[in-house]
Amino acid sequence: MPGIFAFAESRDGELRKVAQEVVTAARKLADAAGTEVHAVALGGSGLQAAAAELGKYGADKVFVGESGAFDRYSPEGFTTVIVNFIREHGCDAALFPASALGKDLAPRVAARLGVEYLSDATALDAEGATITVTRPRYAGKVFSRAAVTSKPAVISVRPNSFQAAENAKAGSVETLNVDLGSADFGAVVKEIKAAAGEKLDVSEAPIVISGGRGLQDPANFKLLEELAEAFGGRAAVGASRAVVDAGWRPHGDQVGQTGKTVAPTLYIAVGISGAIQHLAGMRTSRYIVAINKDPEAPIFKVADYGIVGDLFQILPRMTEEVKKLMS
Amino acid sequence: MRVKSIVCVKRVPDTEARIRIAGDGSSIDPSGVKFVLNPYDEFAVEAALKHKEAAGQGEVTVMSVGDAASAETLRTALAMGADSAVLLKADRTPEGLAAAKALAAGIQGREYDLVLFGMKAIDDDLQAVGPMVAELLGIPVASAVTEFSIADGKVTAHREIEGGAEVVELRMPCAITLTKGAYEPRYASLKGIMAAKKKPLEEKPAQVDAPAAPAALSYPPERQAGRIVGEGPDAVPELLRLLRQEAKVI
Ligand SMILES: Cc1cc2nc3c(=O)[nH]c(=O)nc-3n(C[C@H](O)[C@H](O)[C@H](O)COP(=O)(O)OP(=O)(O)OC[C@H]3O[C@@H](n4cnc5c(N)ncnc54)[C@H](O)[C@@H]3O)c2cc1C
Repeated sequence: MPGIFAFAESRDGELRKVAQEVVTAARKLADAAGTEVHAVALGGSGLQAAAAELGKYGADKVFVGESGAFDRYSPEGFTTVIVNFIREHGCDAALFPASALGKDLAPRVAARLGVEYLSDATALDAEGATITVTRPRYAGKVFSRAAVTSKPAVISVRPNSFQAAENAKAGSVETLNVDLGSADFGAVVKEIKAAAGEKLDVSEAPIVISGGRGLQDPANFKLLEELAEAFGGRAAVGASRAVVDAGWRPHGDQVGQTGKTVAPTLYIAVGISGAIQHLAGMRTSRYIVAINKDPEAPIFKVADYGIVGDLFQILPRMTEEVKKLMS
Repeated sequence: MRVKSIVCVKRVPDTEARIRIAGDGSSIDPSGVKFVLNPYDEFAVEAALKHKEAAGQGEVTVMSVGDAASAETLRTALAMGADSAVLLKADRTPEGLAAAKALAAGIQGREYDLVLFGMKAIDDDLQAVGPMVAELLGIPVASAVTEFSIADGKVTAHREIEGGAEVVELRMPCAITLTKGAYEPRYASLKGIMAAKKKPLEEKPAQVDAPAAPAALSYPPERQAGRIVGEGPDAVPELLRLLRQEAKVI
């Protein structure tokens, strides 16, 4: 029986947290189908040790492909290696993270295999080898649930939707041949521009604290950064479109329909009204907290907890209290 | 450089639209829904126009695969300033691989240097068609691009990734999918709207694969409006207590 393929994303020789989530999701499908999880990690050198860790999350076999050409992501190179792997080993489903890399790579892989691709799954169910994918559409206004008809099913899973769970397997590590000959790629990553201090991305952080026009001035985002820091490196600062359009924050921080979709365990919306396009990006957060001076603000309709009042008074107090809690 | 761009666009429900599931349980009820040019595709149209204007030469063709009403969406892009339009006409607007195959077939045989897409369509939320078309055409792609430049037969694109940006160099012809960034879409002027009526809009039948088995649509569980914990900074300790003891998230 062919296995379940799990793409284990790495950057700079280190596996990303989504790799554990993808393997955890794959394990569930493999258990239902009575098959194995084959995790594949591709990168420059130094991935072997990190990749072995994936056994802990349920990978039966981890295949590591190292090549100088893979120091950075290569759409064509990665697609070729993965498609060759799937053709050789077979698979019922191929899982990718719905990350920047996964969302670029997975559709390309699907097109080369000539199969459908379902992105940003928030739930996967399996009965034997039949896989059902639940994914949001219309910016989360509707969910669709469909059994995959063409095999292998190529699916990306939304970060933070599948909590990494330990489910130890032997997890043998094998070397994958990634010799692409004299491959001449049409797209080459020249440079990676990291945002200041390699900051945690809103799409991956377990806690997101977003600010809106209520912050009044870009300098006031310091208040959010201080709160994020109080949470000890687990929180990222996001923004509404209004403040991104005003040039206060980079687009990479924008949450919403034309920004990023986030699903943290805790989303704190500060001085954000809660327009439908903003909700589109954050409504699948596990818990939502709203801080707004207007008790009628639509954000309170989706928030689990709210405080009505002036953010300039509430935020410093919150930072102080969180610091106390965390110490 | 004289660049020939093809911009692929889709007609989608407006972002504000209330989405209701139709009686069949697998499609949405279009009545009363306002349809617009997909917002991400607006960034792509704008990018193509900006680069053409900067070069002082070039050609921008917009293309859509979809039902007859998609012609209206193409007119919107023509009114923004695109030179010509192609409607690959089907009895429904396909998604995913079927859409990509139809577009790739529509593009093949045309002269182009650049194929532009919105990063995703806001109705199916797939974020797949751009990379799929690139794969089917055998050309390189960079997705989720905020800004790019063109020189010496190459495109240098800034692609949004977690915690920063990737600078990708692509050999032309290539494909780019755009997210929000440097290209703030222009409004169509009255003059543009008048001019659009006279611009060529070619219609030809699309090659569309039969749809996959229908998906069951449902509404997400309604988020219960929660609790106002209190007013002002004095509510903070109680909020943190709830987050810690009730929600168990901190
Ligand atoms: C096609 C399209 C796509 C869009 N995509 C997005 C998107 O991706 N993301 C997004 O966010 N928006 C998006 N929007 C914009 C969206 O419609 C709203 O305009 C935007 O979200 C509003 O941002 P805001 O809540 O920060 O500002 P506002 O609506 O101005 O709200 C500010 C809030 O701050 C509160 N406030 C003010 N002062 C204080 C204070 N001292 N203390 C406490 N509270 C205070 C106010 O009561 C108010 O509720 C999109 C719009 C369109 C048309």
